[in-house]
Amino acid sequence: MLRLECPHCGVRNSAEFRYGGEYRPRPAPSTEAAESEWIGYLYQRHNGMGEQIEWWYHRAGCGTWFLVERDRRSNEVARTWLWQPADAAAQKEATP
Amino acid sequence: MSLKLLRQGFGARPPRMWHDHPLKEYYDVIIIGGGAHGLACAYYLAKDHGITDVAVLDKSYIGAGGSGRNTALIRANYLTPEGVRFYDASVKLYEGLAQDLDFNVMFSQRGHLTLAHNDGSVRTMRRRAEVNRLQGVDSRLVFPDELARICPQLDLSDRPRYPIQAALYHPPGGTIRHDAVVWGYARGADRRGVHIHQYTEVTGIDVANGAVTGVRTTGGDVSADLVLCATAGWASNVAAMVDLELPLDTFPLQACVTEPLKRFLDVVVVSGSLHVYVSQSDRGELVMGASVDPFASYSMAGSLDFLEGLSGHVLELLPFLSKARIMRQWAGLCEMPPDFSPLMGSTPVGNFLLDVGWGTYGFKASPICGKMMAELIATRQTPDLLRPFRLSRFAEYDPVGEKGAASVGQ
Repeated sequence: MLRLECPHCGVRNSAEFRYGGEYRPRPAPSTEAAESEWIGYLYQRHNGMGEQIEWWYHRAGCGTWFLVERDRRSNEVARTWLWQPADAAAQKEATP
Repeated sequence: MSLKLLRQGFGARPPRMWHDHPLKEYYDVIIIGGGAHGLACAYYLAKDHGITDVAVLDKSYIGAGGSGRNTALIRANYLTPEGVRFYDASVKLYEGLAQDLDFNVMFSQRGHLTLAHNDGSVRTMRRRAEVNRLQGVDSRLVFPDELARICPQLDLSDRPRYPIQAALYHPPGGTIRHDAVVWGYARGADRRGVHIHQYTEVTGIDVANGAVTGVRTTGGDVSADLVLCATAGWASNVAAMVDLELPLDTFPLQACVTEPLKRFLDVVVVSGSLHVYVSQSDRGELVMGASVDPFASYSMAGSLDFLEGLSGHVLELLPFLSKARIMRQWAGLCEMPPDFSPLMGSTPVGNFLLDVGWGTYGFKASPICGKMMAELIATRQTPDLLRPFRLSRFAEYDPVGEKGAASVGQ
């Protein structure tokens, strides 16, 4: 079974967590963001066959949402960390 | 027929169902994905519209993906009128499929029960029954007294944690031999001149002036007037070749079979609340499946977690199975759209069509989907049956919320 390292609680069984989908930075909450940007944020997914950065929620633990980098072919986890504003910028650059 | 069979039994090679061909430099239509959907589309293109310059490409053998990994259940008792209409048309085609393909697909309309374990589920089942009946689909709510006659094996007592309150009974639902559907369509298409290329993986798609002009494969480059992507599970990766992002997330779905048991279960038993479906195959094995795994992945490894959860739920329904042994377990890939309805039809990229997003409900739609996609390719007009499932429905805020899909708890 997949095991994840919660940034607060340490390594736990994945049954303690909830998968929150791939990480996509949210458009700025203003009227300036184009509608297509919001539709992309809400519905479109990269869904690739390699590394992915994704949200997980520690529901049976500290209740924190955090980021996980995982290979979607082997389910191998490269790292887990708490979200930083820099992540949004990095992700925007990675996905044009 | 039997003489022929006898002769083949004594060493004469049986005739091949489909043939290998060299990959041509050009085809009118290229279909990526040699599963039931892609092959059905090729078959109906050739049969209904006379378009035979068609290549079906698969990165593995035909039927290696979802077509060979599903639990072979056929039904039309969905929740949205659009969904019910579509799947009902599919059931009707399945009913005549053996005749049409001259191949025994072992379709057995043994009846389909969807159990309700609480008031909310009973309400949903009642709604489904009404929607189904409005679309002319045989489907009704049954309560434990009648349920005991339809399926006396079910534990209808108060013993289970979630006692059975009622069920949606759908007599035309049933099971089919899924491989036979793939092989039948492959043979039918091959006989009409379609080229089936196995172990030919598409590695890139060429686009010029906003329209697709051909594909690059491990067997060489091929140009084409039109490319159809019918690669459920892997579609996001094919769409990425034309810079298209789809509203899909790929999850594994696991299933398993028990050792063969004497025939005892006539109907298909499904419980949305317990996330389980059970049917007995002609060999006597119980074929069982659950909802998709809890996180997105392309890994098709089985998990003990799944077996434990599923077995516990099955024993709630059929407690006398506690000594039955599991023989095999496997997984297939389900790409889930946000509204649990497929994506079919044209895309912003010219000459690039989609037949994807088939989540947990793809196999049962193969015939009608193939027929409608063939009509779309031949006429370039989207048939009415397909229009609700267009890719642009999300941008138009017009999704088809199909809560009758297998992965949705009720």
